Amino acid sequence: MTATTAPTKPGRVASSLPRTIRDILVIVKRNLLRNVRLPQLIIFSTIQPIMFLLLFTYVFGGAIGGTLPDAAAGEYINWLIPGLLVQTAAFGAGQTAFGLTEDLAKGVIDRFRSLPMARSAVLAGRTISDLIRNGFVIGLMLVAGFVIGFRYQTSFAGLIGALALAMIFSFSFSWIMATIGLLVKNPEAVQAATFLPVFPLVFASSVFVPTQTMPGWLRAFADNQPVTVTVDALRGLILGEGALLPGSTVLGQVFLSLFYSGLILAIFVPLGIRMYRRSVN
Amino acid sequence: MTTPIVRVEGITKTFGDTVKALDDVTLEFAPGIIYGLLGPNGAGKTTLIRVLTTLLRPDSGRAVVAGVDVLADPKTARTKIGLAGQFAAVDDYLTGRENVEMVGRLYGLSNAESTKRANEVLERIGLEEAADRQVKTYSGGMQRRLDLAASLVGRPEVLFLDEPTTGIDPRSRIDVWELITDLVDGGTTVLLTTQYLDEADQLADRIAVIDEGRLISEGTSDDLKDTLGGSVVELSVPEDRQGETIDALRAIAGSEPLVHAMTGEITIPAVHGARTLTEVVRTLDAASIIPNDIALHKPSLDDVFLTLTGHPAETDPDEEPPSNGKRGRRRRSKQ
Repeated sequence: MTATTAPTKPGRVASSLPRTIRDILVIVKRNLLRNVRLPQLIIFSTIQPIMFLLLFTYVFGGAIGGTLPDAAAGEYINWLIPGLLVQTAAFGAGQTAFGLTEDLAKGVIDRFRSLPMARSAVLAGRTISDLIRNGFVIGLMLVAGFVIGFRYQTSFAGLIGALALAMIFSFSFSWIMATIGLLVKNPEAVQAATFLPVFPLVFASSVFVPTQTMPGWLRAFADNQPVTVTVDALRGLILGEGALLPGSTVLGQVFLSLFYSGLILAIFVPLGIRMYRRSVN
Repeated sequence: MTTPIVRVEGITKTFGDTVKALDDVTLEFAPGIIYGLLGPNGAGKTTLIRVLTTLLRPDSGRAVVAGVDVLADPKTARTKIGLAGQFAAVDDYLTGRENVEMVGRLYGLSNAESTKRANEVLERIGLEEAADRQVKTYSGGMQRRLDLAASLVGRPEVLFLDEPTTGIDPRSRIDVWELITDLVDGGTTVLLTTQYLDEADQLADRIAVIDEGRLISEGTSDDLKDTLGGSVVELSVPEDRQGETIDALRAIAGSEPLVHAMTGEITIPAVHGARTLTEVVRTLDAASIIPNDIALHKPSLDDVFLTLTGHPAETDPDEEPPSNGKRGRRRRSKQ
C-alpha cells in the first residue's frame, strides 16, 4: 500500500444484535425528528381522524344508535370509538409506505444501503417511528372522543388493553405498507396504492356499523377479516362481551386479533426486508 | 505499479430482456487519483457505480474495491466506500451536523467519535458556520457539499461521486471541484461520473469513456486527445494567396496541408505545438500574406467523443453543462 492510502478503518461489519438495535434507534430518532420539526405532519394527520369522529358521530349517530347492542349504552360514540381507533391505526400505517417512497426518491435509501449498517434497521426504524407517531394520534383521538361523550363501559385496564391491541395491529399493518411502498416506489402513486387494501378492509368491517345488515357474502368476509376481528376485540375490552356477536368471547377475539397481527408480521417482515435489500430506484 | 484500488472485470448487467446497461466492462486504477467515467445520459455510468457500491448485483463479472470482492463480501466492502449519489441524499429538516453525525453512527462509529468526525468533515467542507441550521435553509450547492461531507464521515478508502455537479450553479460547481481535488490531495481515491467533458478534463487523472454500456476508451485526458493526433494549426487566407500559402505550409509541415473544400480553411499538424504556429506566422509575414484567421487548436474532448462514438456527448438538449468560463482551462497541476 502506498503512503496515500486512507487511515485505518473505523467502520465495522454490522451483524450483532446490539449493533442492529443501535442502528434502528438512529433511524427512529431521524424519523421522529421530522415529525417534531414539521408539526403540520402530525396536525393534519390528527385532524383527519377527528373529523371522521365528529362527522360519523353527529351524521350517522342518530340513525344507527337505536340498532346497537345494549353494551354501547345507547351512545353511537361508544360503539364508534373502538372502530375509529383501529381505522386510525390502519390509515396511519399508510404513512410508512409514503415515508419509504420519499426516502427512495431522494436517494436516502441508496445512501443507507451503501452503509455498513444492519439491513433490517431502515424498515424496523421506520415502522417503529410510525408506531410511536400513530400512538400519539390515537391518543389525541381518544381525548377528543372523551370530550364529546365517549365513556368506556368496562375498566381502565380494559381501555389500556384495547389501545395496546390497536398499536400492535398498527405495527403489523405498517409492515404491509412498507412492502407496498417498496413495490410502488413513487411517492405520488403510493397514497392511492395504500388505499387499495385499507378501504375495503376498513369499510367492509364493523368499524362504523354492525355487520348484521350486510348481504351474506359480504358478511362472511367482513366478520372474519383482521380489521373486524381487531375492532371486535377492542369493543369487547372497552364495552364488554355484550358488544360482540353471539358466541364470541372477548378473550377469543383478542387472541384472534393477535394471531392476525402475528401472521401479517411473519409474512411481511421477511418479505419487506428482502425487498429492501433488492430495491433499485 | 501499485495494486489497483478498484478493479472491474467483465461486468455485464442487463435490465429486462434487452437493455444492456453494462456490457463486459473491464477497468482498473491505482489509489490516490480521480478516475472519471465520462459518457452521455444512459451510458451506464450510474449502473457501474451502483454495482461498485453494492446497490446492484451484475449478471456477471467481478468487482474488487479496496481489496474486497464487492459481490462476495458486500458487508465488508461497505466499510471501505463512501457514496454521494446524483441528488443530495440529506434530510432537510435535520441540521447539517445531525445529518453527518447520523451517517457516522450508521458507519458504526461511537457517538463521541461520530461527533468528532462530523466536526472534522464539516470544517473541511466549509460548512461549519451553517452546521447547526436546518438543511432546508441551504442552497443547492451547500446541500451537495453536505452530501459529500456525509459520504466522507466514515473515512472511505474509495469515494464514489455520481455526477457531483449536475444541477448546481456555476459558482458552486467550482467549489465542488476544488473540494474533490483537495480530497484526493488528502489521500482519498475518487471515482466520479460526469457527462460534462470539461469536468472530466479538469478533474480526472484518468478517464474512461462509456457509451451504451461499453467502455470505448480509457486513458489520461491527453491520451484521449492524442487519439486524434495532437494539436493542429488552422488558418484561412484571402483566396488569391491560397496557392502560395499552401506551398509555404507544405515546407513547414513536411506533409500535404489539408484544405477544407467549402471554407478553404487550411490545416497542418502542429508538430512542435505553439512553435509551429510562430513559424507559420513568420513565414506568412515574410511573404506579406495577411491571414483572415489563424489559431492553434488542441482537439477537445468533444472532438474525442465524437470520433469515438460517432455522436456528440450532449444528447439531451435540455441539459446544457453549467457554463463556467472557457472550456479547456488549465488543468490542475499534478504532482
